[in-house]
Amino acid sequence: MRFKIYRYNPETDKEPYMKEYVLQDVRPGMMLLDALLLLKEQDSTLGFRCSCREGVCGSDGMNINGTNGLACITPLSGLKEPVEVRPMPRLPVIRDLIVDMEPFYKQYRDVKPYLTVKDPLPEVELKQSPEDREKLDGMYECIMCGCCTTSCPSFWWNPDKFLGPAALLQAARFILDSRDQATEERLDALDDPFKLFRCHTIMNCVQVCPKGLNPTKAINDIKKIMVKKSL
Amino acid sequence: MSIQNIPRRRFDALIIGAGGGGLRAALQLAEADANVAVVSKVFPTRSHTVAAQGGMNAALANVLPDNWHWHMFDTVKGSDYLGDQDAIEYMCRAAPKVVYEMEHFGVPFSRLDNGKIYQRPFGGQSQNFGGEQAARTCAAADRTGHAILHSLYQQNIRAKTNFFDEYFAVDLLKDDEGNVLGAFVFNIHTGEELIIEAKTTLLATGGAGQLYRTTTNALINTGDGMAMALRAGLPLQDMEFFQFHPTGIAGRGMLITEGARGEGGYLVNAKGERLMERYAPKAKDLASRDVVSRAIYTEVKEGRGCGPEKDHVMLKLDHLGVDVIQKRLPGIRQTCITFLGIDPAEHPIPIYPTAHYTMGGIPTDRYGRVVTPVKDTPEEVVNGLYAAGECACVSVHGANRLGGNSILDILVFGRAAANHIIDYLKDVRYHKPMDENSVTQAYERLHRWDRTGEGESVEQLRKELKRAMEDNCGVFRTQEILDNGIKAVQQLQERMKDARIRDHSALFNTARVEALELENLMDVAMATVYSAGARHESRGAHSRIDFPDRDDMQWMKHTLFFKEGNKLDFKPVRTKPLSVASFPPKARVY
Repeated sequence: MRFKIYRYNPETDKEPYMKEYVLQDVRPGMMLLDALLLLKEQDSTLGFRCSCREGVCGSDGMNINGTNGLACITPLSGLKEPVEVRPMPRLPVIRDLIVDMEPFYKQYRDVKPYLTVKDPLPEVELKQSPEDREKLDGMYECIMCGCCTTSCPSFWWNPDKFLGPAALLQAARFILDSRDQATEERLDALDDPFKLFRCHTIMNCVQVCPKGLNPTKAINDIKKIMVKKSL
Repeated sequence: MSIQNIPRRRFDALIIGAGGGGLRAALQLAEADANVAVVSKVFPTRSHTVAAQGGMNAALANVLPDNWHWHMFDTVKGSDYLGDQDAIEYMCRAAPKVVYEMEHFGVPFSRLDNGKIYQRPFGGQSQNFGGEQAARTCAAADRTGHAILHSLYQQNIRAKTNFFDEYFAVDLLKDDEGNVLGAFVFNIHTGEELIIEAKTTLLATGGAGQLYRTTTNALINTGDGMAMALRAGLPLQDMEFFQFHPTGIAGRGMLITEGARGEGGYLVNAKGERLMERYAPKAKDLASRDVVSRAIYTEVKEGRGCGPEKDHVMLKLDHLGVDVIQKRLPGIRQTCITFLGIDPAEHPIPIYPTAHYTMGGIPTDRYGRVVTPVKDTPEEVVNGLYAAGECACVSVHGANRLGGNSILDILVFGRAAANHIIDYLKDVRYHKPMDENSVTQAYERLHRWDRTGEGESVEQLRKELKRAMEDNCGVFRTQEILDNGIKAVQQLQERMKDARIRDHSALFNTARVEALELENLMDVAMATVYSAGARHESRGAHSRIDFPDRDDMQWMKHTLFFKEGNKLDFKPVRTKPLSVASFPPKARVY
């Protein structure tokens, strides 16, 4: 199987280039990460992140034949040859497929992604009905891989002003959590022409999310709550 | 960079590892206004806690009657009486409070109709000291580890913890008197080295599942903290006890949570028989993990395995219905669809035991302080050093860990270590002077990999190590097999001395990181196979065909392995709990 992989080591390379690789031993059921690990045995300088190998740690987000995804849960069988692998778009490249995620993490920190309870805490759990808990499904599972945000044109155009789908999904996760008592502050903080409202429902985020989550819906939910509040 | 110019930073507390144990400790310390640094070789939410599925045990009694004393009994029995009963009492008593705290930190636990935390049955759990099945495992669907790790990271953002993300810890720094003074680390992004001086250092680096070829563990689980302790002259305890999880996806190793059996799933062999009825008539599929793994292994060995190669058994879930599976086990459903093209709501899952958990580790007391034998004292405190979680051995898991007790362990003892550090810092106001020899040693060990020229590759040696461990230190063991394993690891350690990496660049050099990880694995492999060769009995996860029985007269003691000369020592099990009567060893039947 043939691969073309983005290579760039700023220490030695003047500019990025695509390097071709061939993998002989492709077995059924193999994922792209399995292939990259085998290619790394051929060429140990090839840089990419990976850890859990099963799509839960979120380390190996990359751009695969033009679409963002996790290498570890992308089957080789569905990929057109040569498989073009590039780093996720619009983040600074540290080396090869490894991007600097800090701008993405900063967006996450900016939405104050932690449960805030102002009342004195009980000695036992805060109660939450199964229905209220269900509202968090589709949001809490985010693995912060960055696939959605780096595929979003609104993020490409305004990376420092628009918070991006992943961070906004987190914002919604706490706004919709029946236990959280900072809803007002959270909504006020997002009431700005860029942070939230630059989402133009292009829905790339929904298409690429490897966990099948729907950031666009979460963003719309926040917008709806804001509108309701302003009435 | 020359060694004199390496920058230095000073902290009250240094935490190495940002999984659940490290982050729980960091949060406690940051909230107490200690100056704390967390060093992690991956961004915190990539740590392996994220992969824990089924949940954490605590006697909340939300579903069935329960109390911490029953939990304690089950844990002692599960440990095959090798667990220290003072630490186990401490953990089981603390469990409910620790779960409620996690809930307050934001963990989206699944809920019961009355709004309380959902709990499910797990293996080895009982009511009333061995009676009816209990339901003790608090769960967020089958993504409990993810929910816990992310909530802890989020709370640390609030508490403004200092993170050194994607920094690799090379070695502990210590002086001649044995005081631990911090660690020598480098920034993986830039290759720049950093000396972190700390009044206290907490190792929370997780387990070493990468010792084996087929494992549920992430690629990062290379026993780094354990190996650092070994190189600092400290022992590893009970390393012969390595847990093989009964339900890994056959041939691939992905974990299928014990919660799948907790929700009512069961194992069948090629004849369609519920095989666990034969091995654990009462608890059946919810017997302890060591028991279920041996059962599957035996079924396959005796020719009752499934598939064309008869090399696995099946886990049946389809009778639970798609609603229960989607609500309680959505993660493993997705994993099966992704990796097997099988929906467990319709078809059974091919299963085989898979390397999962390191019961042994760096010996600590129940305050997380690292302890080591000095002259006639078996447990002398190592000044300034703490360990918690899978890299540590308190020992609450003894010879076999119960499902649902690992997340509990990391949170209880991460928190306990932090509390002890907070007290310690009240008395210790200044940093001790740095030991420059120790810095030089760490520096040289790292720069050994700058050598160029011919030499074996790290990839080749790593493959051979995993193979050697799988072949010679698996579920069933004999002296002959283990001796082969010792020899194989010894030879690999020798060959490692001449290994070379081909990439010497500074920026995000994954080849260098992998070389250092393999060195760590080699040391931990030797500790594991050597300790296993010495224990002439069968207990918990350590099953010797040549010594099939448990031998409480000779072997109710902890193994201590030292790297220097592969030396072994032993110390007694702490059978006296804190406040209740001791549970004396009994035959262990499920």
